[in-house]
Amino acid sequence: MDPTPTSGTEYFHRVVDCQWACPAHTDVPEYIRLIAQGRFSDAYMLNRGSNVFPGILGRVCDRPCEPACRRGRVEDKPVAICRLKRVAADNRDDITDRLPVAPEQKNGKRIALVGAGCASLTVANDLMPLGYECVIYEALDVAGGLMRYNIPAFRLPPEVLDEEIGYIVDMGVDLRLGTPVDSMRELLDAGYDAVFVGTGAPKGKNLHIPGRDDSENIHIGISWLESVAFGHIDKIGENVLIIGVGNTAMDCCRTSLRLGAKNVKVMARKPRDFFKASDWELEDAEEEAVDIVVNHSPKEFVIEDGKLVGMTFELMEYDIDDRGRITDTRIVGETMIPCDDVVLAIGQDNAFPWVERDLGIEFDKWEVPVVDPVTFESTREGVYFGGDSAFGPKNIIWAVEHGHQAAISIHKYCEGSSLTDRLPRGVTLQSAKMGIHEWSYSNNFDPVSRRLVPNVDLRERFKKLDIEVELGFSAEQAVTEVERCLNCDLQTVFFANLCIECDACIDICPVDCLTIEENGTEEEIKRSLKAPFLEDEQQLYVSEPLKQTGRVMIKDENLCVHCGLCAERCPTSAWDMQKSTVAIPYAIDEMNQDEARCQPERKAG
Amino acid sequence: MTYIAKPKIVHGGLSRNGLGLTVRDYEGGMSTLCAGCGHDSVTAAIVQAFFELDIPPHRVAKMSGIGCSSKTPAYFLSASHGFNSVHGRMPSVATGAAAANRELHLLGVSGDGDSLSIGLGQFCHAVRRNLDMCYIIENNGVYGLTKGQFSASADVGSKAKKGEINQQPPIDAVQLAMALGGTFVARSFSGDKAQLIPLIKAAIKHEGFALVDVLSPCVTFNDHEDSTKSYAYTRQFFHRAVHLDYVPPADEIKAAYDEGEAMPIQLHDGSRIVLRKVSEDYNVQNRGAAIDYIRAHQRKGEIVTGLLYIDEGEPDMHGLNRTNSTPLTELPYERLCPGADALTALQQRFR
Repeated sequence: MDPTPTSGTEYFHRVVDCQWACPAHTDVPEYIRLIAQGRFSDAYMLNRGSNVFPGILGRVCDRPCEPACRRGRVEDKPVAICRLKRVAADNRDDITDRLPVAPEQKNGKRIALVGAGCASLTVANDLMPLGYECVIYEALDVAGGLMRYNIPAFRLPPEVLDEEIGYIVDMGVDLRLGTPVDSMRELLDAGYDAVFVGTGAPKGKNLHIPGRDDSENIHIGISWLESVAFGHIDKIGENVLIIGVGNTAMDCCRTSLRLGAKNVKVMARKPRDFFKASDWELEDAEEEAVDIVVNHSPKEFVIEDGKLVGMTFELMEYDIDDRGRITDTRIVGETMIPCDDVVLAIGQDNAFPWVERDLGIEFDKWEVPVVDPVTFESTREGVYFGGDSAFGPKNIIWAVEHGHQAAISIHKYCEGSSLTDRLPRGVTLQSAKMGIHEWSYSNNFDPVSRRLVPNVDLRERFKKLDIEVELGFSAEQAVTEVERCLNCDLQTVFFANLCIECDACIDICPVDCLTIEENGTEEEIKRSLKAPFLEDEQQLYVSEPLKQTGRVMIKDENLCVHCGLCAERCPTSAWDMQKSTVAIPYAIDEMNQDEARCQPERKAG
Repeated sequence: MTYIAKPKIVHGGLSRNGLGLTVRDYEGGMSTLCAGCGHDSVTAAIVQAFFELDIPPHRVAKMSGIGCSSKTPAYFLSASHGFNSVHGRMPSVATGAAAANRELHLLGVSGDGDSLSIGLGQFCHAVRRNLDMCYIIENNGVYGLTKGQFSASADVGSKAKKGEINQQPPIDAVQLAMALGGTFVARSFSGDKAQLIPLIKAAIKHEGFALVDVLSPCVTFNDHEDSTKSYAYTRQFFHRAVHLDYVPPADEIKAAYDEGEAMPIQLHDGSRIVLRKVSEDYNVQNRGAAIDYIRAHQRKGEIVTGLLYIDEGEPDMHGLNRTNSTPLTELPYERLCPGADALTALQQRFR
């Protein structure tokens, strides 16, 4: 194999699994270290730089970082990254004087943002400090979008939302509540320099089976959650069926319990391995004694005397192959389950009845707008989409990243420069060596298991709709949990010209991730590894030929715990532990870059 | 942070041996030797060899003397018996241990100072009496613990770190052991585990004295240019005479060997070693020819490695002395010490 190039941005970024998996590339190991040092405000601000809403996301993020976490491969459970983010948010001091501010002198550009959800708010957050005027149109009387009305208050208290939305709006955003946009044409005619659409995926999917329209006790999940959030609905029947097993279904079943339901069943068509809901949301629901029923496919609503009395389901049986795929499906029976109410939580769609179809904004056959995945520009210049409205339902952290990227595009569009000529990501490395046995990070492997977040007592939590269930980590728990982080950003950097092939690193490595072997094909190298190659997604490092024998140093990144022992036992410092920092460019960096470009000319003048 | 120990992580890629143990169960404490020391690689090879042989750690006795090498038993097989003896006197203590319990696997770890200077006499007699043990010399040509003076194995013309040149001829443990009737004589290099691990396995299984002289560079005092025991020099002049595979008793010999090219040798416990010659003119069972071969290559500046001589026909110490087949530790006290009356009766026979 050729020597692995590590000088670009990708290799070392990918080693930091959590940061690579996070759509917004939050610098997780660094903020965990800041928490370990008790620097909660610094940890909060580092988070805010990339994910904008640390307090909100510390409670309800879909946390793609955690399944990616290296700790989950070394042991069973990943680091509780998401809940540590909440620790930073909960324990921070007043950080208002550290927030970005909008300049007095505006740049004369006006941007219209449709919908006051996480995507639009991120765009405003990124563009306000550059001098843009941002106008947010929101149909409801309150900002927050899906975060406000789709996530129940017992998971995300309104005060947390208000505070973090306030940080953005208080920069001087023109937030127009109760102002729906009925016509894109009118908005375009209003003379804005650019338009951003962040209206989410507000339309819950319906289930067209017999009896659907014959009862008022059949609800569409997200609309029902919205009515509950705004106090229009405050009770439900004793026996409730939830159709669907996504995260919205989990919110619906737990909300039902708080509105008086005694017996809640979540009905799934497929076995558990096919559920869309995150494991932790399923666990939270099951802790509250929600019954999750598998292999039941809805057939019809049973209406007697105009009243919903139950639902019939077909009992399903599936053949599943070794790779976990369904190869065959059979109906093996039928059953009727009595109920008073049904909540449908089987997905959401975008809805753009207000965008006229003759404006040059194209939609595909599913009525989803055609959007560039890099620039977030629609087929009409100057009109951008982000969040769920761009590519269908995802989650908050994706919407935030869309917002960052759209903000860059909007800035470039307003400046008249190319949207695709964007600043690249960068990685900087700095040695962490402090002495013979000293590193500037906590390198010891702590075998402690994952801490559990304490919850409000099961008898207490149902008393009111808005009692936040999770209490957050205690100080003791946080101190323990931070030490579980393996510091993946402390990179093992190898200098082949210094290696004397003494095997010290190979002998000391606690997870056998190093090998010195004759070079060969990728297959040969994978076979020659000291520990078997288990994860295709993980990178293989192959060095330049070594001086004494011409063999190569090979590192399988999969299980490296970044303990630094290879570097510590290396007599020639051929291995070094270096702290990597991934630089993610934002709109403000693009602006600073523009200014830097102009400077030589100014000097010449 | 401060000095940390190698963390014990049982990961998915870790295999288990016939006893259900992982290689980590054969490790010991954290090494306090210099980073990059050849001895740490020998330690890793010993760990791997015992792991692969499915030997329970508590059935091993680790014996050592004094020196950097003799510290290493603290870094492997922490669940074994051990004795860290007086300088150069490990062979006597090992003889005592072997006499008392012939079922233990005896592993001696010594250095060029411990075996070839202060303990040379002890070493010679252990070879002569064919004590059943694996005896590893971690040979680096210098006294590392006392800051790098030449040892008895330093080659003529080798330069010390401060510039002094050695003029006294070296004592070669391999040639010495052959001359003294050694029944298993091997040489290897700490930087070549592919060769070293099977050699140690065969040495453990050999019934009798098995010497493995391991060139094990001292990174601190003897790894510079003009040293003849550095990593670079050893790699340059390393000469493999024979290639050895170790085959456990139950396993078939799988690899296909050409007639005449490979030679399987049965060991006492039913396991086999399969030797493949790298050099045409080498005979691993001809003592005189082997010594000639080693000397001829020595004159060319080459270091001959591999299993250099083996004789499975000679009795070990227990055989020579016709001792009891039951370990003395397992005999009832009354049989070990029949009492004053029995002694008197015995003495009466000689009057």
